[in-house]
Amino acid sequence: MSGPTGDTHGEPTPVTVRLDADQFKVAAANPRQMERTVAATFLLGLAGFVGFGAAYWVNASNAWLGVSLGAGFVGLGFGMVAWGKYLMPRGPFSESRHSMVPTKAEKARIISDFSSRGKVVVERRGFLVKILGAAGAVFGVVAMFPLIRSLGPLPKHFSEATHWHKDSYLVNVNGERVHKDDLEYGGVLTVFPEGDVGGALSQTTLVRQLPPKGEVNIVTAPGRETWSPLGYMAFSRVCTHAGCPVALYQELTHQLLCPCHQSLFDIGPGAAAQPVFGPAPRPLPQLPLYIDAQGYLRAQAPFDQPVGPSFWWRRD
Amino acid sequence: MIDGLYDWIDDRLNISGGGRKMVNKIFPDHWSFMIGEIALYSFVVLLATGVFLTLYFVPSSTDVVYHGPYIPLDGVHMSEAYLSTINLSFSVRCGLLMRQMHHWAANIFIGAIVVHMCRVFFTGGFRRPRELNWIIGINMLIFAIFNGFLGYSLPDDLVSGTGIRISYSILESLPLVGPYLANLLFGGAFPGNALIPRFFIIHVLILPALIAGLLGAHLTLLVRQKHTQFKGPGATEHNVVGAPMWPTFMAKTQGFLFLIAGITALLGAAVQINPIWLYGPYKPYLATYAVQPDWYMGWLDGALRVMPHWQTVIGGRVIIPNVFWPAVVLPGVTFTVLMMWPFIEQKITGDRADHQLLERPRDRPKRTALGAAVLSFYFVLFGASATDVLANYLNVSLNIVLTTFQVLVFVVPLATYPVALRICREFQATPGAGKTKRHNIVIRSADGGYSTVPTEARPGDTLRELEPVALDASIYLPALVGSPSYEPVDRAGIGARAAAGGTYEAVSVDDEAEGAEGDQGLAAATTGAEGGGRARSRVFRIPRNYRGG
Ligand code: HEM
Ligand code: FES
Repeated sequence: MSGPTGDTHGEPTPVTVRLDADQFKVAAANPRQMERTVAATFLLGLAGFVGFGAAYWVNASNAWLGVSLGAGFVGLGFGMVAWGKYLMPRGPFSESRHSMVPTKAEKARIISDFSSRGKVVVERRGFLVKILGAAGAVFGVVAMFPLIRSLGPLPKHFSEATHWHKDSYLVNVNGERVHKDDLEYGGVLTVFPEGDVGGALSQTTLVRQLPPKGEVNIVTAPGRETWSPLGYMAFSRVCTHAGCPVALYQELTHQLLCPCHQSLFDIGPGAAAQPVFGPAPRPLPQLPLYIDAQGYLRAQAPFDQPVGPSFWWRRD
Repeated sequence: MIDGLYDWIDDRLNISGGGRKMVNKIFPDHWSFMIGEIALYSFVVLLATGVFLTLYFVPSSTDVVYHGPYIPLDGVHMSEAYLSTINLSFSVRCGLLMRQMHHWAANIFIGAIVVHMCRVFFTGGFRRPRELNWIIGINMLIFAIFNGFLGYSLPDDLVSGTGIRISYSILESLPLVGPYLANLLFGGAFPGNALIPRFFIIHVLILPALIAGLLGAHLTLLVRQKHTQFKGPGATEHNVVGAPMWPTFMAKTQGFLFLIAGITALLGAAVQINPIWLYGPYKPYLATYAVQPDWYMGWLDGALRVMPHWQTVIGGRVIIPNVFWPAVVLPGVTFTVLMMWPFIEQKITGDRADHQLLERPRDRPKRTALGAAVLSFYFVLFGASATDVLANYLNVSLNIVLTTFQVLVFVVPLATYPVALRICREFQATPGAGKTKRHNIVIRSADGGYSTVPTEARPGDTLRELEPVALDASIYLPALVGSPSYEPVDRAGIGARAAAGGTYEAVSVDDEAEGAEGDQGLAAATTGAEGGGRARSRVFRIPRNYRGG
C-alpha cells in the first residue's frame, strides 16, 4: 500500500494516516442513541407506507392518502439524512482537483490529427462538400413548409375573424334573440351574433343607458349618431390590452372594467369607449345596432376594425 | 447475487477502473449546495406524478357533458380536458393527491432553481471555468417556467384559459411575425382547435426531455469540473473538501429525495392548490376576479399592469403593440443578461482566471448590491400583480395603488443598491459575522454588575474546524466504515496499537474488525459493560454480510 512518495503521476500514492483522527469519528455524540432515532424514523416511514397502502385500499380521503404517503417518505428521508450526517465519518475529506486547461502539447496533438487526417482530405474534395451543403440547405428550407404551414391556417382578414355581419341578430348566451324590451336602463348583457354563441372573438357587451334628455339614441362619437338606438350600445368584449373579456359594467360611472389588468373604458355619451385607466392603449370597437320591425336588436354592419389587442400593421 | 451481477457488468464495461473516482467524489458540506438538489428531486417528483396524470388526462377540447360525483358541475358542458381533470380530482383513486403533488412540486421546482441561481450568482460560482454550466442552468429555468405555464393551462379551466388568452395576445404582439405565429401555433384565431393537444405533447414530452438532457449535461459538467467550495480549513483552489459520494453523500442525498417527495405529499394532502372545480370550465366570455397566476408568472403579470398604455404607431399603423414591452422585451432582456452575466462581469472586472473557491457575498459588495437591486425590481413587479387585491384590501383607489407601483418599480431598486452595499461593508468590518457562535450567559452579580461567560462548546461547534483528510491520496473508503473511530470501546485493541505505532494502515483494519464482529460483536452489544448505556451505546456493529478490504 505505501508506494514511493515521489510518484505524482497516475494514481495518487497511498499514504498512511492516523485512524484515531477525529475525522474518522462519527459526528454523533451518542451514536447508539442516534441509531435508535434513525431506526425510529425508518419505522415511521414503514408505517407510513403501510398506511398508504391501506388508505388506497379502502379509498380513503385525499388527506389520509397524502399524510400516510408523506409520513412514509419523510420518515425515510429524515432517517437517511441523519444516518449520513451523524453515523458516518464526520470528515472532512478532500480530493485534489486538476486543471481543465489542456497542455499545449495535448492541444497541438489533436489539432494536427484533425487537420492532417480529416481537414486535408475534405479540402481536397471541396466541391463535394459544397454539394452536400446545398442539399442540406434546400432540405432545411423545404422542410419548413410542412413544418410551419401544416400547423394551421394563416390569419384571416379581420372582418372575417368575428361572425358579425350586416343584419346579424344579437343573441344571448342561450342563443335567444335580444328584443328591445329585454333590458332596463342600466342593464347589461353578453351577446353574440346568431350562430356563434360563445364565440371568443365575436363576444360583445350590450349595455343600455338612459339617453340624454330629449334624445332617442346615444351618440358616442361623431358619425355614430344611429349606432345606439334607444340607449342600447354594444362594444366588443375583447380587451384591447391583452384580450381578456371586459366583463364588468359600472353603471354609475358608465365605465367598462377589464378584470385582468384593470383597464377602464368610458362608454358614456361622447366617450366612444376610450380607455381612461390601465394599460389598454385603444378604445373598444363599437358595433352599430338597429332595431328591426319586430323589435329585435340587429347589427347595422360588422365591427369597423379588428377586435382585441393590437398587432403588427394594424391600423390605429 | 449483487456481487455476481456487478462482476458480470464490470467484466464487460470495466466499471471498477474509473468508478472508484465516482465513489470517492467529494461533495462540499455547505448547506447552500443542497438547494440544487431540491430542484433536482422536485423534478423527479414531477416526472413520477406526471406519468400518473398522463394515464388519466385526456388532451382534447371536444365538448362533452359532465355527469359524475361532483354535483355542482353535473350536466355542464366542458372540454374533455377539463372533464378528465375533474375525474382525476374526484373519481380516480389517489388522483387528486397526484395532481396536487404535481402542482406543488412544480412550484417548488422553479423556486429551488431560482434560489439555486441566486446562490451561484452571489457567491461567484458562475466564474470561469463554469460559465457554461451557468448558461445551461438559465436555460433550464426558462424551460421550467414555460413548462409550468403549459401544465397550468392543460386543465382548461376558467383561470388558466384566461392566461392562455393573454399568452395568445403576447405572441400576437411580436412585430412582423406575431399574428402569423399565433395563428399557426394555436391552429387558427384564438382559441383555435389545436391548443390543448399541442400544449400537452410539449408539456409531457418535449420540454421535460429538453430539461432532462440539460440536467444530464449540467451534472456531467459538475462532475468533470468538480464542485466549487467556500474558503475553509484546508480548502484551496486545488482540492475539494467535504464528504465522499459513498456512503455519506449518498445517504444524505437519498434522504433529500425522500424528504422532497414526502413534503410534496404532505402539501398535496393538506394545502389545496388549483381547485379547478371551483373555477369552472373555460368560457372565453366569462371573467375571473382576483386570481393570481402561479408565482413564477407573477412578475410578468405585474409588468403587464405597471406598463403605461403606450404603443408605437408609425404612419397610422401599429408597429410595436403595448404588451410587447412588458411580456416579450422584459423577459427577453432578463434572460439574455442573465445568460451573459459571466462574460459581462469578466468585461467589467477584467478577471478571467480560473476560480474554484467561492466568494462570500459581502466580499464582492458591488456584485451583491447589484444582484439585490435587480431582485428587488422583480419583487416589486411581483407585488404589482396584486394591484386589484391590494386596492380592495387597503380600501384605496386602484389608481393610487397602480401609480405607487409605477414609482416603486424604479425607487426600490435604486434604494436597495446603496443599502445592500452598506450592509456588505458592515459585514466586512465585522470578522466572524454570520458564523455560529457560542451563546453567552450573562450573569448579574449581587452588587449589580454584569459579566458574561460563554456556554460550553457543543459537539457540532468544532466540526468544521478539522483539517481535511485527502481521500484520493490516503486510504480506501471501505476502510473508513470499519475504522476504529466507530469503536471508542476498542474491542479489537486497534486504538492501542495505533497509538503505539502512531499511524495505522487502513486497509488491514477491516480484517480485524470483521474478526471482532464474529467473536464478540454481538456480545459487546448486548451485555453492556459497566459504565452502563454510555459504553454500550458507542459500540459500532459491522453488518454481518460486510466484506472487508
Ligand atoms: C418541468 C417539469 C414540469 C412542470 C413544471 C409541470 C407543471 C405542471 C402544472 C403546474 C400542472 C397543472 C396541475 C394542476 O392541474 O393543477 C401540470 C399538469 C400536468 N402535467 Fe406537468 N409539469 C412538469 C412535467 C410533467 C411531466 C414530465 C409529465 C408527464 C410525463 C407531466 C404531466 C402532466 C399532465 C398530464 C398534466 C395535466 C393533468 C392535470 O392538470 O392535473 N408534467 N404540470
Ligand atoms: S387584458 Fe384587459 S386590461 Fe389587460
